Amino acid sequence: MSDIVTKEQIRRPENLVYSKTKLLTDKALSYCPGCGHGTAHRILMEVIEELNAQEITIGIAPVGCSVLAYEFMNIDMQQAAHGRAPALATAVKRLMPEKIVFTYQGDGDLAAIGTAETIHACNRGENITIIFINNGIYGMTGGQMAPTTLPNMKASTCPYGRDVTTMGNPLRMTELVAQLPGVHFVTRQAVHTPSAVRKAKKALRKAFDLQKENKGLTFVEIVSNCNSGWKMTPVQSNKWMEENMFPFYPLGDIKVDGQLVK
Amino acid sequence: MKELKLMKGNEAVAEAAIRAGCDGYFGYPITPQSEIMEYLMYQDPQKTTGMVVLQAESEVAAINMVYGGASCGKKVMTSSSSPGISLKQEGISYIAGAELPCLIVNIVRGGPGLGTIQPSQSDYFQSTKGGGHGDYRLIVLAPSSVQEMADFAGLGFDLAFKYRNPVLILGDGVIGQMMEKVELDEFKPRWTEEEIRRNTPWSTMGKLNNRERNIITSLDLDSHKQEKHVAHLRDKYLEIEKNEVRYEEFQCEDAEYLIVAYGSSARISQKAVELARAKGIKVGLLRPITLFPFPKKPLLNYVGKIKGILTVEMSLGQMIEDVKLAVECKVKVEHFGRFGGIIPTPDEVVVALEKQIIGG
Repeated sequence: MSDIVTKEQIRRPENLVYSKTKLLTDKALSYCPGCGHGTAHRILMEVIEELNAQEITIGIAPVGCSVLAYEFMNIDMQQAAHGRAPALATAVKRLMPEKIVFTYQGDGDLAAIGTAETIHACNRGENITIIFINNGIYGMTGGQMAPTTLPNMKASTCPYGRDVTTMGNPLRMTELVAQLPGVHFVTRQAVHTPSAVRKAKKALRKAFDLQKENKGLTFVEIVSNCNSGWKMTPVQSNKWMEENMFPFYPLGDIKVDGQLVK
Repeated sequence: MKELKLMKGNEAVAEAAIRAGCDGYFGYPITPQSEIMEYLMYQDPQKTTGMVVLQAESEVAAINMVYGGASCGKKVMTSSSSPGISLKQEGISYIAGAELPCLIVNIVRGGPGLGTIQPSQSDYFQSTKGGGHGDYRLIVLAPSSVQEMADFAGLGFDLAFKYRNPVLILGDGVIGQMMEKVELDEFKPRWTEEEIRRNTPWSTMGKLNNRERNIITSLDLDSHKQEKHVAHLRDKYLEIEKNEVRYEEFQCEDAEYLIVAYGSSARISQKAVELARAKGIKVGLLRPITLFPFPKKPLLNYVGKIKGILTVEMSLGQMIEDVKLAVECKVKVEHFGRFGGIIPTPDEVVVALEKQIIGG
């Protein structure tokens, strides 16, 4: 007998301390290594699993990097046209109020082309959860300026940096929708450190719990990195995000129990 | 028990939709079809049949609500008029690509642009050739009476679910606004969740543990798969062309000349046929009821039997192209139309027939 421990010996059920949720498929993620989407997907599906809500949850995927979210989430899903996910979600929830409905949208989808759908779904107080991944850039199409691109930040369509005098200011959609009476819970989170991931997962859990209680719209922004679009290593991009994104998009709860957090 | 009522076309399609077991209506106001949503809001079917009626923030949102609802196997519909239907084209393309059933009503007004609020038939190309981007067709029903506005709601949903394809009711400002006697069907109950799961095994109502997840999408990045998908759509459209052609003939038995017209133009042309017959002109009317599939074969059958065809449309002449293709250019085909919101009179149609076809 050798003293060397084999893989088989390690992979015993009693040694198992963590396993991937069954609500994620085995398909390899299409996201760039270092991107926050994968973690966001994981905690989202963990929350749905913890709620035992797989059979009653319908997710709506956007157009953008997460256009193929339905390939990775093992639940019934719809793939919306660019920006229109809140309109689909509105109908799904109105027609089947007993279901759990969420949209998963990037910043171009939610804060540019889908501004009207987002604001009006929020204003009607649709009893859905909107998950908003904000990385300040159009990732999938190759790094163009997004509505959330920071002032002076470079992107392929603002190669000299975003000049706010000609290109407009970054849009804080999350603060904007928090003003609307139909919106019950608004928070901004991140997934770049273990503690941030835990907080973000707690926030998602709260959003879905509130949806189950028919409290109105719940809105979870996750500020994320885009190391490819930002032309950085994953580590550099997380540092840059802390130093530049978080001051402009501060983390924490913005609206709780229908009241703005002072 | 059937029920007899005096109604506007817009009201009739709304009432018939409730009775057909419609689950949801999503719309945005635009003249001349706003009565559809007004009627539904006034009837408040949520309290009776459970049907959802929602005023969206735009036509774009409304059609995407239809997309979401149809994805769940629900009987959902929207309505609008020409400029609003243009806005819906993106969503319609997605719905066609994802193969979802739904009902769309277009009460056409004159264009292009904001145009006029008066009746027109200038959206024929948009309705029958696709409308949005990509290779797809809608099933297009053209009512020529308030009765047909009512009948086509139920028929529209049946065809939409039979073929998993959007169905368009192409009316116009005349059909939408005029009042006529209408016989309404009995109320059909809405499908239960169990029935929806059985009738639409593809729908996204929540993934039960005993099946794979359902995905509604129009995306396939693998071009080989996308080609297969589009070929499947083509086969479906061919099937629809084989099975679903509908048309009506009026005084065609001994006809030497033919008028081809749909919708309110067909009503006007019917009168024109009577006037021309009184003058001794042997003319008949062929009224396409489905514009896609178009009654190609019935028209081809007239080759060798008639001397000429006049198409009457409230447009610069759009359906005429399908008529020419149908008769393979073996018969003279001329167009007569008023446009920009002007409705032709039966007398004008007779004059056009005499000048362009008989004397021409």
